[in-house]
Parts: sequence; C-alpha cells; structure tokens
Amino acid sequence: MRNIFAIAKVVLIEMYRRKEFYVLFILTIIICLIMGSINILHEDKIVGYLKELCMLMIWVSSLIIAITTAARQIPAEREQRTLLPLLAKPLSRTQLISGKFLGCWIVCGLTLVCFYAFYGALAASRQHEWPLINYFQAAFLHWMALGVVVALSLLGSLVFAAPSSNSTICFAICAAILCMGRYLDQMAIALHEPLRTVVFVIYFAMPHLEWPFELRTRTTFDWPPVPWMVVILTALYLMAYIGFFLTAACLVFRRKPVN
Amino acid sequence: MSVILRTEKLRVEYKSRELGQMTKVALSGLDLEVSTGEVFGFLGPNGAGKTTTMNVLLGFVPPTGGTASLFGIDVRQPIARQRIGYLPEMTYYYKFLTAEELLRFYAQIFGLPRAEADKRIDETLKLVELESARKRLIKTYSKGMQQRVGLAQALINNPDLLILDEPTSGLDPLGRMKVRDIIQRLKNEGKTVFFSSHELGEVETVCDRVAIISNGDLKAAGPVQQIMGAHPTLEKAFLNIIGYKE
Repeated sequence: MRNIFAIAKVVLIEMYRRKEFYVLFILTIIICLIMGSINILHEDKIVGYLKELCMLMIWVSSLIIAITTAARQIPAEREQRTLLPLLAKPLSRTQLISGKFLGCWIVCGLTLVCFYAFYGALAASRQHEWPLINYFQAAFLHWMALGVVVALSLLGSLVFAAPSSNSTICFAICAAILCMGRYLDQMAIALHEPLRTVVFVIYFAMPHLEWPFELRTRTTFDWPPVPWMVVILTALYLMAYIGFFLTAACLVFRRKPVN
Repeated sequence: MSVILRTEKLRVEYKSRELGQMTKVALSGLDLEVSTGEVFGFLGPNGAGKTTTMNVLLGFVPPTGGTASLFGIDVRQPIARQRIGYLPEMTYYYKFLTAEELLRFYAQIFGLPRAEADKRIDETLKLVELESARKRLIKTYSKGMQQRVGLAQALINNPDLLILDEPTSGLDPLGRMKVRDIIQRLKNEGKTVFFSSHELGEVETVCDRVAIISNGDLKAAGPVQQIMGAHPTLEKAFLNIIGYKE
C-alpha cells in the first residue's frame, strides 16, 4: 500500500500544479453561476431547470477531468521516459496502475467536493434549503461512477496508442451510456434477432453510469433521498466494474514492454 | 568477492512487426558475472545489445531464454531491485516536482523511514552538488543538472549495485568529469557499478573489468589490462575485438 499511496500523491501534486484543471473548474463555476442566478420571467420552475443544467455541466466537467487525467497517466510516463527509473525500483506494475487509479480517483473526489459545495451554496442562496442527504448521495455515487470512468480510461491508455484517441473513445462511450443506457433494453425489444441479443448483451454488460446520473434530477427538484440500501448496492455494482477494468489494465500492462 | 549480477545463456528475441520478417535476436546466450566492489564497463557498438541486457536486468523486458539474477534473485521479482540504483541513458524526471520532492518520492518507494530518507536526500544532493537548487522545479534545471538529479535518484537507497546506461552521454566536459568523480567515489566506498559507455578513455580510467558485446554475442570479458593486451589504448583493442578493419 505504501507504494500505491506514494504514486497517488505524485498524481495529486501534478494536478495541483497544472493549469488546465483550474481553467475547467473556473469555467464551470462561471457558467453555473450565470445559469443558476438568472430567472427569466421570475418563474420558479425555470430556476429548477437551470439548476438541472448546472448539474449537467458539473457532470460533463467532472467527466472531462476524470478522462483527461487518467488517459494521459501511463502514456506521459512512457513518452517522458519517467517510467524507466520508476519501474527500476522495487515496484510492481500492478502497484503502479493501482497508484495511478487511486490518485486520479482522489482528484475526481476533490473536484466533486468543490463542485457540489458550490452548487449547494448556489441553490441555498435561491431556495434557502440544504438537502444535505441528497447532495451526499448524489456526490458519492457520482464519485463511484467516475471511478469506473478512470479505470476504463487507464485501461484504454494501455490499449490505444495515442492518449487523444483514448480520451475521445472513452468520452464517446460515457456519453452513449449516460444518454442511451436506460433506453437500450427498450430498443432491444423492438429489434429482430440476432441484433436483439447483441443489444441485450451490451445492455447487461455495460456499466450503467446513468443510474447515479439520474440522481441529479432528484437533487435538483429536492425529491426525497434514495433508500440507503439502493445507494450501497449501486456503489457495490460500480465497484465491481472498477475492479474488472483495473484487473484488465494490470493484465495488459504486465505484458507490455516498457522501453 | 561474491557474484551479485549474473546472466546465464541469456537470450532475447524481438518479433519483427513487418510481415515475412524473421525475429530479431538482440542477445544470443549472454553469460556475464559481476562481483561486489567492481566497476564493470559494458561496451559494444550501437545495437550490440547493451541496453537490452540492462532492460532484462531491470525487468523491463522478459528474456526469451536463459536466466538473469541480481543478488541471487530472479530479475522478474520486484524485490531484486531493492538494492540497486539505475540511471537511464536519457534522463527525464517529473518536471512538476522539485529535486527534493522527487527524491522523497523514490525514498518512499524504497520504504525508507522518514528520518533516513531526510538524511539520504541531504547526502545525495550534496554529492551531486544540487543542494542550493533542491527546492526548484526540475523543469528549470539545465541538462547537466537533470543528469545529476538522475544520479541522485539512483543513489537514494544507498544501493549496493548501480546500473548506469551511458551516464555521460550528452554532457559537457565539466559534467562528464563530475559524473566520473562520483563513480570513482562510489568505487572507493566499495559499491559495485555496472555501466555502459561509448567513452572508452573514461572506461579505461575507472573500470576494473570490461565486457565487449557485438550483435548480441559476448566477444570478450576480463580485466581492462588483459582486454587491452598489446594495444596502446582500449579504443584500439575494442575496434580489433569487434572486427573493425581500417
């Protein structure tokens, strides 16, 4: 664990000293601030929809941070040849992947804390309410979903040659899951064989990131919190995917020459 | 003196990416032994297999055949690298870290306790003359300073064996002299140094024994004076051994 934490710490220092992260963060805050504060025609319902859009913006920004951070970890180490002195130490490749994952995941967690705190403050300034349990559930499952995205991007960075192609593919996969994931089973029913089976296999095999994504509506419109058992089961479900993608990444990396 | 680095019938083949091409043999049955306290020069023309040998020793490339061990442990085990220091040919380090942060990171990987890590960081930065620049980001360093950071990271765990891949490549004469001095000091401290170099004058000065490989085959190995034989310089002997005709 010592080695994993050491690598995660370096990932955190890198994020802290890079400018891209702050640019995206400030941009999201400015957009949310503008969208969250305007009230066209002084209609209360419109504020709700604008809040939902702010939450969507937070999701998009956090996905960009998760994918871009994770996708360039290993390629940058290879390109800058920092991988050689690192792997010449008593460090296994599994520990390296785990450390990179942990670092990126913590970065995502810290980002979400900032985003959700800002969103909460913004919402409270308009509605004078703090639905803390809703925020906690939404942020926690959002973080778990980003764990899946980080693990998937790390795996992609070992499979695809260019970090840009990996980022694009990961972003397209995530966007497809978030937008179409919940309709895929209905689409499958309307199809003929063998396409129906193919779509059903995809539906059951893919990580349903849209489940935590749906919580943004619940948060926006202050619906009652989700039962805790559902939150725990969803977290376990997402953790299983994190484990699967990380194991695959370790297996791929173990066979890869590093020079 | 005990043998701390050993390769037996070490063979490495690379599969060619082009269709219809045979596999490329980078090393064909290399036998090497390096004992404690030696400064061992590993010589050969470009493409001879020097870096491949080092890559196998460091676990970067799996051998196709034969064995390689460090301190009697198979090189594929990460623990075999606990007592070694490695300086790659082209040194790049995390540019967003300071020298001190970089060394602390590597000390943590080696599992050094905090107090010992502090002591080793001070000692190595003093040795490579980077004490005054320890808090500066590595991206602001000159090439020579980056090479010395590389040497510092290779020494952070006070290794018993140092593997240096062309440590003076691309350095100015002053930088080369400093690296040579450091190798000499390590030799005086009883450390084992295994290094590849094209600077044969330097090898002649600091090495106890050398090995010469060409096309993946070991051509000669032994004490420097024995390899030189009747030749006036190591360079002449080297050219003769690899079969170069003027």
